[in-house]
Amino acid sequence: MTILTFSIILLAGSYLAGLLGSLTGLGGGVVVIPLLTLVFGVDIRYAIGAALLASIATSSGSASAYVKEGITNIRLGMFLEIATTIGAVIGALIAVYTPTNTIAIMFGAVLIFSAAMTLRKKNQEVLTQGSPLAAKLKLNSTYPTPKGEVAYQLKNVGAGFSIMTVAGVISGLLGIGSGALKVLAMDTAMRIPFKVSTTTSNFMIGVTAAASAVVYLQRGYMDPGLAFPVMLGVLGGAFTGSKLLMKMNPQVLRVIFCAAITFVALEMIYNGFQHKF
Amino acid sequence: MKKTVSNKWQDTDVEQIVGQLLRYGVLTATIVAFVGGAFYIATRGGMPMPSYHKFTGEGAGFTTYGGIINGALSLNSAGIIQFGVLLLIATPVLRIIFSLVGFALEKDRLYVCITLLVLAVIMTSIFGGLKV
Repeated sequence: MTILTFSIILLAGSYLAGLLGSLTGLGGGVVVIPLLTLVFGVDIRYAIGAALLASIATSSGSASAYVKEGITNIRLGMFLEIATTIGAVIGALIAVYTPTNTIAIMFGAVLIFSAAMTLRKKNQEVLTQGSPLAAKLKLNSTYPTPKGEVAYQLKNVGAGFSIMTVAGVISGLLGIGSGALKVLAMDTAMRIPFKVSTTTSNFMIGVTAAASAVVYLQRGYMDPGLAFPVMLGVLGGAFTGSKLLMKMNPQVLRVIFCAAITFVALEMIYNGFQHKF
Repeated sequence: MKKTVSNKWQDTDVEQIVGQLLRYGVLTATIVAFVGGAFYIATRGGMPMPSYHKFTGEGAGFTTYGGIINGALSLNSAGIIQFGVLLLIATPVLRIIFSLVGFALEKDRLYVCITLLVLAVIMTSIFGGLKV
């Protein structure tokens, strides 16, 4: 295959990955890794490098809109980024000592967990009485809804912070945004309304991914020939996805896609056990 | 006097600037990567694709900050793409620096400290030689 043919096919594949990632809410990076490894036979280390770039691009691109609308809780994001960036650097460092097959198996497991998370019931409740620590850290805030600004408070700051550290390690180890774990920490532990937790998680993914991306870049995991089709394709797909989401409610599509992604995840795990990576 | 300064700078101003920064950062990085990619295809499109199934790692020209900038300045197509990659990674880092300025203007000492901590972690990752 020539470079031209490969680049065009990869661009188209990345576009679909970005679209799928956006419609399912899994993020652009997650679908890029199986695409590169299972479809194109690319070494998983190059795939992780490219996926990190896809995560930074899609998270920063869509975060800009949410930040402007005032849904994102910037203080909360900044506070939790202490946990995710430290975790991400640790994850990127232990990645060198982790066999690629183990990484593939872990990736498959996290992918199944993430797919299941997008289908669960969302936290719509607003907590009116938070913990003293949340108040001290100025984490309580308001967000716009169709009925006007709604104030919310939060609790379990310590538990949220701990889960975020784990999310950071996984993000650095596997090269993904691990948005599902971030949302779990904010929704389930800290009781933050769903809309705020998803946008704040998305806002944080760029910084978390950048913290480990510099380690991967210096280690030679980022290949320019893979980087440009993946960056352009995933970003384009995510953009189309966000336009489609405004017009339709993709609940049925989401179930189908998540089922499909679970099969892909199982194949990653199977291949990992067969030592194919 | 102190009061007017803190009133002038609200969360919403910082949010607007951060939103713009993220948008233009990604846009610039994408355009640079696109230009580099077009060059890359034009000059090497007919060659057989590299064997990505075997991990060899990139050379110093693509892994050090100086090497990447030199590659882009000498108009090497892959060097330009890698410069776009660098811009993309720099966007969230710049966002933290903007937030830091924003919190400082709001005189929010607690969040200036928190932001500095996040920045310190990232800077350790960037310049700490964690190449392993």
